[in-house]
Amino acid sequence: MSKTVKTAKSAVRTRRRPMSKDVICFKGIGYPLIFAAAALCLVPFLIVIGSSFTSESYIIRNGYSIWPGDWSLESYQTIFRSPMAIIRAYGVTIFVTVVGTVLSVFLNTMAGYVLQRKDFGWRNKFSFYYFFTTLFSGGLMPWYMLCVKYLHLKDSIWSMILPGLISVWNILLVKGFMGGIPYEMTESAKIDGAGDFSIFLRLIWPLSKPVVATIGLFTALMYWNDWYNSMLFINNSNLYSLQYQLYKLINDARELRRIAEESGIVVDSVPIESMKMALTVVVTGPIVLLYPFIQKYFVKGLTLGAVKG
Amino acid sequence: MKIDKVNKKSFFQNFKRYRTMLLMLLPSVVLVFVFSYLPIGGLVMAFKRFNYSDGIWGSPWVGWDNFKFFLTSGKALSVTRNTALYNLAFIVVNTTLEIAFAIILSEMAGKWLKKITQSIIFLPYFISWVIVGSIAYGLLSYETGTLNGLLGSMGIDPVNFYGESGWWPLIIVAFSAWKGVGYGVVVYLAAILGVDGSLHEAAAIDGASIFQRIRYITLPGITSTVITLTLLALGKIFRGNLDLFYQLVGQNGALFDKTDVIDTYVFRMTIAATDVGQTVAIGFYQSVLCFITIIAANWLVKKKDENYSLF
Repeated sequence: MSKTVKTAKSAVRTRRRPMSKDVICFKGIGYPLIFAAAALCLVPFLIVIGSSFTSESYIIRNGYSIWPGDWSLESYQTIFRSPMAIIRAYGVTIFVTVVGTVLSVFLNTMAGYVLQRKDFGWRNKFSFYYFFTTLFSGGLMPWYMLCVKYLHLKDSIWSMILPGLISVWNILLVKGFMGGIPYEMTESAKIDGAGDFSIFLRLIWPLSKPVVATIGLFTALMYWNDWYNSMLFINNSNLYSLQYQLYKLINDARELRRIAEESGIVVDSVPIESMKMALTVVVTGPIVLLYPFIQKYFVKGLTLGAVKG
Repeated sequence: MKIDKVNKKSFFQNFKRYRTMLLMLLPSVVLVFVFSYLPIGGLVMAFKRFNYSDGIWGSPWVGWDNFKFFLTSGKALSVTRNTALYNLAFIVVNTTLEIAFAIILSEMAGKWLKKITQSIIFLPYFISWVIVGSIAYGLLSYETGTLNGLLGSMGIDPVNFYGESGWWPLIIVAFSAWKGVGYGVVVYLAAILGVDGSLHEAAAIDGASIFQRIRYITLPGITSTVITLTLLALGKIFRGNLDLFYQLVGQNGALFDKTDVIDTYVFRMTIAATDVGQTVAIGFYQSVLCFITIIAANWLVKKKDENYSLF
């Protein structure tokens, strides 16, 4: 009987009354507004893609545009004749992202777990220890000198991994989430003789998938997009992160020439302007291609965080 | 509330009880000590005229000279003002757009249309600022930029965006919105959907227009979230977004008067490494300012709603 009631109700609901004037007015303004915003978000990408497929001579005469006025693959051909710099940078960034994310998530969730343990008498003191660093910092210069002079991180791949490992914000997020898991579960596990670490790994971790996924995604994104640590610490061009390599290639004409010379291309024939766009496509491509699949997890994670405050 | 008298254990007894948990904290404690607390110790260099041969301990003390030099140079006012004004602009512009778009999305019919629109608006958040810098170049370049190409085809002279600073406040606010609004839309949409749907239904039955519903139900429903997020953002008003400014402006001195913020100024000085004492002093100055504003903002948030504050 409930089934027929349900279908009757939904039939009534779908047979809406015609849109009233206020709704027409609202949608008449709102829809164009938001579609315009979406278009504005897309157009720059289209310009970059379109320009990458345009001939250098056309660009110099007419500038970058969405539609390739003079279709040409020369920028991509140049890149693929000398792809080593990009391939190396991809390798570096993939390594840094995987290692960094795994380590970071592990350490941050572990810390968040301990800090929410109600039977840990020192947790407030430790919470303050972590939290204070978000209130006050020593600034860039002391941090830089520490990394270079005392930790010898210059030209080390660890300079791109270590500094960003611990995120107090993530620790607090984990602490908040795990704090919602009933303490009785931990208690009964302890009575059964389980140690603190195995309670964390075997019991609490599987229950914390949402928050682990959230901080994992955001951490991975941070590592993937990082150019800053490369700029500060890396002089060895074999260790450039992906974004930093792109930065160098776009902003430093000498870098473009170096790449060209590496594979014996005649330097003057390098299509610089279209290459800048093609390089941008090559570097951005994976993120944009992966985006449809991963964006819903980001949205879920953010929504989780928003609801929990 | 623990009753300490009944269950007082000695430090060493507790240490033994907590040893696994302490071990679990150890890696992050060490990392935080090294990368966050040790640099705080380095602030002492702000009071010295640092030179590499004497190192931190041997360099001579100069008291407040580094601070005096910075604060009396016009630079202090310029970068501090820029930092604060830009952050204010970001907060106002971005929040307004985010709330507006979130409301429109929440009232949008069509599940797929909603999802796709939101996805597109969220996309710029994921690319790095390096890529944004490249896009900006593509749009604004004097010889080959799209904008100047358009102007040219309309018979208007091209604008040398990278040569003069006049347009840059607008350009920077525009790019900040372009990249960041998608994130805020997700957050505010979640807040809007958290408002009780039956309130809307009841209002609709009573004949309320959509504008009335928004004004009297949706907006009040998210006011708490808006205030909290705005306060937290205000707490960081003296911390500039280095990525944004450095990738868009770079080392282009012609633009500094309108676009240099504390962070980019310190960043350039750090790379150049000419006057370490000065650089540390400016960082110290910023940290103190941020400390005051963050504490104030958090205190205000805590007064409003205990749950939202961070401590």
